[in-house]
Amino acid sequence: MTIGIGHYLTVAACLFTLGMLGIFLNRKNVIIILMSIELMLLAVNINFVAFSYYLGDIVGQVFTLFNLTVAAADAAIGLAIVVVYFRNRGSIAVEDINMMKG
Amino acid sequence: MALTAGFFYLFAVFSVVAGVMVIVAKNPVHAVLYLILAFFNAAGLFILLGAEFLAMILIIVYVGAVAVLFLFVVMMLDVDFAELKAGFIKNAPVGLLVGAIVLAELILLFFGRGFGLGVTHPPGAGAAQAAADVTNTQALGLVLYTKYVYFFEVAGLILLVAMIGAIVLTLQHKPGVRRQSIAAQVARSPKTGVEVVKVASGEAIIPAADGQG
Repeated sequence: MTIGIGHYLTVAACLFTLGMLGIFLNRKNVIIILMSIELMLLAVNINFVAFSYYLGDIVGQVFTLFNLTVAAADAAIGLAIVVVYFRNRGSIAVEDINMMKG
Repeated sequence: MALTAGFFYLFAVFSVVAGVMVIVAKNPVHAVLYLILAFFNAAGLFILLGAEFLAMILIIVYVGAVAVLFLFVVMMLDVDFAELKAGFIKNAPVGLLVGAIVLAELILLFFGRGFGLGVTHPPGAGAAQAAADVTNTQALGLVLYTKYVYFFEVAGLILLVAMIGAIVLTLQHKPGVRRQSIAAQVARSPKTGVEVVKVASGEAIIPAADGQG
């Protein structure tokens, strides 16, 4: 059978759901949550590239490039915050991060 | 075509399995390694879709930089990860339920008729670009540096802000660290550095108590 756009979108949907599940299940570990966000961004990128191919339009790939840029910046800042937080508090559990609640 | 389908299923299955393992792995180092596997297989999917440049960028930027950054942070932080894993089983039923509903709805959307996805299906619609005698990288560059050049510059600014932010966040000045003071070294003159002492013959010099002698 030929591989249509539905197949790629299904893979992307699986990865997106897994990223969402990762945030649900590992609610304490900030690093796993950041990795889950990366998985979700990867799923979005697969969607962009699949539509770019099946519509014959290169703009989807351009947008994927910007998406990768933002994801890299996001990971860098997030991990820097995790490192600073661990240095100050000695823990990275999410439930300890409640000092800023209004 | 059968070969393409086989490779598609290979990459798809491996990326989804790696995604599952990212979530359920007990050891976060293993989770990062499975994340790298997922990125590799997604790069394979990109190649199947004719986006070679993005596939290479994905491997270089994600596997080479982001995943290694994750690995570095996981290994640097001395955290008891078993304790962080404690709520996993408790949240599992609700999480699985919500995840199954979302996944079922999305897949229904993709394979149901009447959503207009069929019109994007003509096989070889992407082949028009390949037939135009332009490689994928060239086609991307032709658009990226002309029509989307401002977006490109903003992307560079975002990376600059991320770099400055990460440095500002993690830089710390410890008290009591001896650093090189170049201005003090350069400003030193023979007058302050050397002391000429005349020693009378047969006598000794007692060094000063502050160690300057």
